[in-house]
Amino acid sequence: MASYRSIKDFDWGLLLIALLICSIGILQIFSAGQGTKWKDLWWKQMIFLCVGLVLMWIISSIDYHTLLGQVPILYGATIVILIGTALFGVKIFDSRRWIALPGGFLFQISEFAKLVIVLLVARFLTELRSETMHWKDLLKLCGLVMIPMVMVMKQPDLGTSMTYMPILVMGVILAGLRWQYIVVIAALALVLIPSSWFLLKDYQKGRIQTFWDPSRDPKGEGYQVIQSKIAIGNGGMWGRGVTKGTQTRYQFLPVPHTDFVFAAFAEEHGFVGVVFVLGLYFLLFMQIVQNAQTAPDRGGMYICMCICATLLFHLLVNVGMVVGRMPVTGIPLPLMSNGGSGMLSVFLMRGLVNNVRLRRFVN
Amino acid sequence: MPAHLARNPNDPLEPETLDPAVLHDDTAFASGKIAFFQYVSVAVFLFLISGFWKLQVQNNELYTEAAERNRIKSTPILAARGKILDREGRTIVDNHSSFSVYLSRENLKEEHLAAIAAGLNLDYEEVQARLHRFRSRPKYQAIVIKEELTPAEIAFVQSHRDPDTFPELELVHVQHRLYPRDNLLSHVIGYVGEVTEAELDLADFAKYNQGDVIGKAGIERQYNDLLMGVDGQRQVVVDNKGNEREVIGYKDADPGRSLQLTVDLDLQIVAELALEGRRGSVVAMDPRNGEVLAMVSRPSFDPNKFAGRIRQKDWDEIMNNVEKPMLNRAIQSNFAPGSTFKPLVALAALENGVIDENTTFTCTGGMSFFGHYHSCHNKRGHGRVNLHQALAQSCDVYFYNVGNKLGIDKLAQLGEIAGLGKETGIDLPFEYRGVLPSSRWKARTLRQQWFPGDTISVSIGQGYLAMTPLQLAVMTGGIAAGGVWQRPHMVKDPNRIEPRKSNVNIDNINQVVYGMYGVVNQGGTGGAARIPGVEVCGKTGTAQLASNALLKSSARLAAELRDNAWFVGFAPRVNPEIVVAVLFEAGGHGGDAAPIARDVIKAHFDKKNRNVNRLPTLALAPHASKGFAN
Repeated sequence: MASYRSIKDFDWGLLLIALLICSIGILQIFSAGQGTKWKDLWWKQMIFLCVGLVLMWIISSIDYHTLLGQVPILYGATIVILIGTALFGVKIFDSRRWIALPGGFLFQISEFAKLVIVLLVARFLTELRSETMHWKDLLKLCGLVMIPMVMVMKQPDLGTSMTYMPILVMGVILAGLRWQYIVVIAALALVLIPSSWFLLKDYQKGRIQTFWDPSRDPKGEGYQVIQSKIAIGNGGMWGRGVTKGTQTRYQFLPVPHTDFVFAAFAEEHGFVGVVFVLGLYFLLFMQIVQNAQTAPDRGGMYICMCICATLLFHLLVNVGMVVGRMPVTGIPLPLMSNGGSGMLSVFLMRGLVNNVRLRRFVN
Repeated sequence: MPAHLARNPNDPLEPETLDPAVLHDDTAFASGKIAFFQYVSVAVFLFLISGFWKLQVQNNELYTEAAERNRIKSTPILAARGKILDREGRTIVDNHSSFSVYLSRENLKEEHLAAIAAGLNLDYEEVQARLHRFRSRPKYQAIVIKEELTPAEIAFVQSHRDPDTFPELELVHVQHRLYPRDNLLSHVIGYVGEVTEAELDLADFAKYNQGDVIGKAGIERQYNDLLMGVDGQRQVVVDNKGNEREVIGYKDADPGRSLQLTVDLDLQIVAELALEGRRGSVVAMDPRNGEVLAMVSRPSFDPNKFAGRIRQKDWDEIMNNVEKPMLNRAIQSNFAPGSTFKPLVALAALENGVIDENTTFTCTGGMSFFGHYHSCHNKRGHGRVNLHQALAQSCDVYFYNVGNKLGIDKLAQLGEIAGLGKETGIDLPFEYRGVLPSSRWKARTLRQQWFPGDTISVSIGQGYLAMTPLQLAVMTGGIAAGGVWQRPHMVKDPNRIEPRKSNVNIDNINQVVYGMYGVVNQGGTGGAARIPGVEVCGKTGTAQLASNALLKSSARLAAELRDNAWFVGFAPRVNPEIVVAVLFEAGGHGGDAAPIARDVIKAHFDKKNRNVNRLPTLALAPHASKGFAN
């Protein structure tokens, strides 16, 4: 099992950065939770972090080629669990995303599906063994990704389903697309995206409208964005200090421990803190990209790059949302937002990247 | 879990591991794209950081302010207005405590409105309309939806203002204005009301805030800054549900200062009662210092109806009343003074040497000047009269001649010194200035030349001449006081401006005063003003509103345009203490106004002499059932 060369090959830098971001996240969850019903969440997050580290170690030790080999089973199992969730899932806020596990934990398959899709894309593209993609293959791959994606979208969980998209896009771009295809896809997108407006649910339309004009509904959809922007702006250059952020403390900022955790952080630590943490994320991504560049084969490279793409997408959409530059979607901030499944899935991704790194000298 | 699922070696259809040799192919083909992705990442980070830069560094103050507004809620602690007292310190206007309910619009839920309106016995549509009117105001300002809550309504608000029911309700303790009953002194006091949107646009009102209750008329308006006080404030930190977390600021209200008027309630009441049921005005003043002792205007209004937000019905009723009850006739009526003007004509003539006390003219019941026949009020004529007789009998022909000889401009010269044709400068808003005609005035106002014939009418207080009862009191008081015209004032104030003194010959004044003494005491037209033991001097006036020819043409017009009765009197004859001007609109003859002045003057001396006949005093204690509107 332990087929890696040495403990030194383990990506300690990546781990360090991830742990640093996680600690900041836990601190923020602690600070934001003071005096609220979320005051105990920070230690739950600690437990998930520990579990995540264990999972990361486990997945690092299984050769990713083995994992790529198991893709059909993983994919099939994911679809089955998604169906199970749709049938027997726990309904919270009008959406069925979770399966209740013993011990009071809620298991969100859609988070782990990201990993499966990463492996699926990597395996599919590796097997093509060509520098450019045929349109039939493209359609096949799109179809395979779309099945879980649509199922998640129907939970409904538009945010999470959207995070599958960058995996597909990144894979396809790396695999090589003819420019004719790009033109066709762009043309289709131009037609489909406006027409998809009519497929969106009212609350989703509202979110997009509110994104363009938050004052349209300052007590409803726009409230979150307005309060988030006030919190961030209130932070100023140096921040209000830990537990001193009034927007966070007096709960004007919605869900300051999950989706809006970065706004709470920005209020308490200011622009300087924001640049520091975003810098850490940037290092994290560049480290993953570096692992992709040193990957021993295409499979490893696809895995790293697809993970990097989806994480960057998470960051862009979440941080863009809190700062008012993206519409409100329920996409959490990797490593910082509270939430077990999300945390574990990010550490599993981290494990996969590490996995690829450990095998870079395999010949 | 995927990690668990990944290890499923029992599936026969899939190889456990793909051949690494197959997978181990060149990745160089993608290196350009990976590099491109790195640039994309940099762009994403710059995009995000620029967002934070804009919010946190560029617009930091804006958002800090917004955060403050979010968490800090200020509730006003309303300052009580100062009391208004009479010259002896008796309370005329007081306050009483009540509760108002405010509606906070920041966390207002429209669907609560109907239930709130029902609970407070309000009309739902009226509440909606009020909200609509206030929609342009900043959201964090709460608006009053009901004042003078009943105990039941207070209980409703207190039991429903918890965060889960109607957190938008706020109960505020207010000091409400309580005015005297029976409209006592209503025109002088005026009333208060909420500052209007239109007023806020004016420079004078810029210092007030939306929702402030300010003086709208009378003393309340004139001395608003003094009476108003400064509202205090209570600042609390609230969370997103509106729950109070901590009190961070408390500033008590600074109540307004009390104001002592020069008005003597005893005299005021007598004057009010004397004019009851009539239309007109009474002004009593101390000619020695200009202190107004009583000021009455009838018909009057109940300022309590204005104390809160006036009901539309009451407002319409007052505004549509043809008798204009809001008008303070003491300072807001312009009528010809009739013969009450004659003392000034006489004084001007004496001063200019046109006549002396022995000059006589013969009255045959009328006389022609410049082709027009001017009749005397006594159609049989007064015969040969000197100044004393002419004043006592109010002979018009005598004064036609005097005026004719004197000329308008010399008359106007003294008239100006006596304060006619301009505001007296009393400390009440919206005073009328009256008209003091002169050749210059006519040229300027009517763009016409002054004809000598115009002077004839003015000589007997008709024609272009117009004045307010207050001006008449000031004019006569100045003569009585020996040629010293004081500026009238309502508030006891040592800093009033210097009186207008003139070099009037005291002998001439004595001649005029002697004539006015004759009016009351020597068989003159004002005998009704006589008071045994007091040397009352005075002058009656009967002012026509239309020409005799017009009045004869229509009985209806004759009734509507009945002569105004005037009387102005002072006492005692030497060193007068009180001057009283009475305007009795459509009162007929000036002799009919004299008893009103007599009552007031008598009250003054009765009080001074501590007579056994104590004056009746009106109860001024708060009287909930009738005393104020709600």
